[in-house]
Amino acid sequence: MDAILLQTLNGLDKGSAYALIALGLTLIFGTLGVVNFAHGALFMIGAFCAVTFSRLFSLSYETLDPTKKDFLGNPLKVKTPYLEGWFGPELGGTLIDWAVPLSIIFAIPVMIFIGFAMERGLIKHFYKRPHADQILVTFGLAIVLQEVVKYFFGANPIPTPAPMAFRGSADLGVLIGMDPNVVIYPVWRMVYFFFAAAIIGAVFSFLQFTTFGMVVRAGMADRETVGLLGINIDRRFTIMFGIAAAVAGLAGVMYTPINSPNYHMGMDFLVLSFVVVVVGGMGSLPGAVLAGFMLGILESFASMNAIKSLIPGIDQIIIYVIAIVILLTRPRGLMGRKGVMED
Amino acid sequence: MFGLEKKDTSLLVIVAILALFAPFILNPFPTESGLAQFNAGYPDLMQRFVIFGIFAIGFNILFGLTGYLSFGHAAFLGVGSYSVVWMYKLLDYNILPGLVLAVITAGIFALLIGFVSLRRSGIYFSILTLAFAQMSFNLAYSVLTPITNGETGLQVYNNDKQILMSAGDPTSPHLFGIVMNKSANLSIAGWDFTFNNGYYFCAVILLIVFYLSIRIFRSPFGMMLRAVKTNQTRMNYTGLNSRPYTLAAFVISGMYAGLAGGLMAAMDPLAGAERMQWTASGEVVLMTILGGVGTLLGPVLGAGFIKYFENIFSKINDNVLHGWFSFLPDGLENLLVGIIHPFVGKGWHLTLGLLFMLVVIFLPGGLMEGGQRIRERFGKKKGGGGGKDAEHHPKEAPHVAE
Repeated sequence: MDAILLQTLNGLDKGSAYALIALGLTLIFGTLGVVNFAHGALFMIGAFCAVTFSRLFSLSYETLDPTKKDFLGNPLKVKTPYLEGWFGPELGGTLIDWAVPLSIIFAIPVMIFIGFAMERGLIKHFYKRPHADQILVTFGLAIVLQEVVKYFFGANPIPTPAPMAFRGSADLGVLIGMDPNVVIYPVWRMVYFFFAAAIIGAVFSFLQFTTFGMVVRAGMADRETVGLLGINIDRRFTIMFGIAAAVAGLAGVMYTPINSPNYHMGMDFLVLSFVVVVVGGMGSLPGAVLAGFMLGILESFASMNAIKSLIPGIDQIIIYVIAIVILLTRPRGLMGRKGVMED
Repeated sequence: MFGLEKKDTSLLVIVAILALFAPFILNPFPTESGLAQFNAGYPDLMQRFVIFGIFAIGFNILFGLTGYLSFGHAAFLGVGSYSVVWMYKLLDYNILPGLVLAVITAGIFALLIGFVSLRRSGIYFSILTLAFAQMSFNLAYSVLTPITNGETGLQVYNNDKQILMSAGDPTSPHLFGIVMNKSANLSIAGWDFTFNNGYYFCAVILLIVFYLSIRIFRSPFGMMLRAVKTNQTRMNYTGLNSRPYTLAAFVISGMYAGLAGGLMAAMDPLAGAERMQWTASGEVVLMTILGGVGTLLGPVLGAGFIKYFENIFSKINDNVLHGWFSFLPDGLENLLVGIIHPFVGKGWHLTLGLLFMLVVIFLPGGLMEGGQRIRERFGKKKGGGGGKDAEHHPKEAPHVAE
């Protein structure tokens, strides 16, 4: 029982990342009909927004401290971050400590801008081209973005810690009346899960309860008719592209404490997210979320020792096996809409 | 000749001449001159040109003719390499049994994967092949370690059986005594030319598979595959089942990939799982697109182009750049070097990505279409401006539902 609970929890954080990326992919696919291979790169850029932001926060100036000596006998150089200089050590230190969550504020406009630029500058010209061309051009774009980030940040993973308050693990088992030290779970992963749930909820309610969202949903169902009613649907779809980019970016921002970002993290997630989208059903938002969590949890179950000794290597391939089985038995995916990408 | 039309015969002859004289053609600069770094006439690189050429020709039979975009062809490449190394371990260093096995195992793998994947088309097909390839890659890395030797990569050890090995046999890959990594050298007035056994072996194989691909392109079978690309639904309505044709194309292109992987191991007796990674599949897609999808010569050109520039660009460093622009005033020199710096050396992938995007955006037909456009512009009087060659450029109609 506790093992099951623990594995479910373990699957949640990876599942949240899959779900967020897949949600963005599906938004783009459902609105613009474009298969975006550069979506993983957006996730990666989000993560590097957090890196940039925390670096900006810890920019510091050097002062000489005459009271202390370093080992050569020279006055010791002391680095003080500008923030601590401006706001005092207490508030400044807290701000630096909270750099990752705070970088959300910075990442949202950046990601929306990148999304707009991508859609207006490149993807707009590919609506009428075959899907193969869209895949290829976004694949090329992903390589370019990845290399640009590598040029500026280097190839090594950059550790970006979570705020002090969220480091370490919590004993969740005690909360629900189990023995202590049975279900221990890192706090930040829980934060990540709730954050992902909040974003998913926000996107869904935006689409469901606002006029803008209603128009977008109508456009997803029948773009031409909405256009005939005199609504500028292209502009709204561009905004949706920006939102999808922001969702991927935020997923990346919050993921940095879990996994130190490096320039190819996007590609690693992209392949899996595509599998997630296909399993969930092309163009179905709930399907993407459901499949994301499902595959994340199944992946963590498959890496249990009991299951690995039964079927060796299952943890490596479980996602692909599920994708193959689903595509062959339910070609539309779990919750695929009728008439979307059918041959 | 060989049952080919006149035009195709001349194409084959041109390719044959290019392949046989490659050590001369690719070495246009004297060894001591400053431009020698642009030479590509050394065995390792020439072998890569030819091997990736074979890989891309095979991929083009699937993607160029049927329009099915596979993102998992690297799996067959890896399978081919592993087969050859296993034959070294079990029999001896003769490459022939290994290559035969490589083609057969890759064919069987392609049959299995193709049988499942080809039930779907379009993006679903791409994802399915991608899933299968990633699965093979992950398995090769983890559970199948007894067969693939995991992260270390498969290689021949001293305690391997090698039952056919006798005392005087060469201890590196050979073909009935002709050792692959042996070369003959020729020096003429400052030029050094290398004639490598392995390269010529690969080149002969390239010519054979190129000939086969021409025959496939011109055959009724090839017409059927084009019909699949143009309009599969209509083809089905006329009472034809397209599945056997697409499956045959998938298996053939898988066998080409297996052969290419086998040749890699034949040149260098190693096989690693990273050959199966999806980026390797992406690379062959890039080559085919860059050269020209659906054309005969395009994939080979694309493979050569990418491998050549990969090699040259990654060799250029800041010192070389400073050497080039040293005639300029210092400020301008540093500025130019600063601008070019991110695109060369380790940044070669950035150039590749940009180039690839530009090709997809402006020149969907690849280098071949570029060449054709140039020829049309200059030779309008002669050809009467007949437009595109209908056979080399079947109409771009995706069989995927839009």
